[in-house]
Amino acid sequence: MNREERVGLGDWTLDVLGPPGQVRPVVSAPAAVLTRAAGEVDPTAEQTVRLAADLVATMRVAPGCVGLAAPQVGVGARVFAVDVTGHPKAGIGHGAFVLCNAVVVEASRWKAGREGCMSVPDLTGDVKRAGRLVVEGALPGTGATVRLVTDAFEARALQHEIDHCAGLLFLDRVAGAHAVYQRKVYL
Amino acid sequence: MSELAITVIGRDRPGIVADVAEVLARLGANLTDSTMTRLRGHFAMTLICVGPAAAEAEAALAPLAADGQLLATVRAVVPDGEQTSSGAPYVLAVHGADRMGIVAAMTRVLAEAGGNVTDLSTRLAGTLYVVLAEVELSPDVAEQVTARLAATAAALGVEVTLRPADPDLL
Repeated sequence: MNREERVGLGDWTLDVLGPPGQVRPVVSAPAAVLTRAAGEVDPTAEQTVRLAADLVATMRVAPGCVGLAAPQVGVGARVFAVDVTGHPKAGIGHGAFVLCNAVVVEASRWKAGREGCMSVPDLTGDVKRAGRLVVEGALPGTGATVRLVTDAFEARALQHEIDHCAGLLFLDRVAGAHAVYQRKVYL
Repeated sequence: MSELAITVIGRDRPGIVADVAEVLARLGANLTDSTMTRLRGHFAMTLICVGPAAAEAEAALAPLAADGQLLATVRAVVPDGEQTSSGAPYVLAVHGADRMGIVAAMTRVLAEAGGNVTDLSTRLAGTLYVVLAEVELSPDVAEQVTARLAATAAALGVEVTLRPADPDLL
């Protein structure tokens, strides 16, 4: 972590990413790209900024989607978009943002909850996640390193997306033999 | 008092549980442990009950199977009491493209290490196959089993994780 590290997004907004991105097709499991650890990216590279904008655009058109990671659009890069704004389970929220090369620094207050995934469209599962989380990563465009302190649903979403970047699905973390359910409601 | 192991399976419809439970209640059979679930449109009940003789239960369930839609089996079993655990609890998760032999290969690895599967479910969603199992396994062999599971999964082209179960979960 360099000296410019700061808590929160600072003055970063989606405007940094330039014009709206393109909606990309979402990859469903089974697919190799979803189960391989993704590679680190240069957050200031034009390609990364485009990818970030595309992730936001793709997340936006999927009803109920609160996060989308690059492997889900077929790109093995450690980049993901998150936006839990307005979600009933959200506590702390940082709005819509994209992080590159994110890592979990602190995790506590573990709690089980039901989650789904655009790449596993037919199933949901009970997964234990930290309810309080500190994450570090780089913002696309500016490349600034940030530290985000969050909780509740945003914490869950961040862990889910960071898992995607490590080649893990929620299926790898479900609580037991009967903790996966056929999805009944599609948002 | 005899202990019976009963299975009932057939095309799902409303009322299967009520019909079977009613027959058993009339016989004075007390349901102990059971699982009842719908599997791809078939309803499957596996239950242990205590009370009537096997022949009596079989005869009482026969009318339910008369239309050919339900299959019921009854057999007397020896009460086994509480099972002692043969290790620490782990959760096995496997997912990947559906293909023949995933459950066979993965559970064989567990069995060879003395792992005891206590609960297992599988789901096929589109082309995605998911296996989830709870396993009692000696912690001494967990690392070795994890490596063998990974090698077996790689050969099958599927993903596997083996984690200690969270006893305080849910």
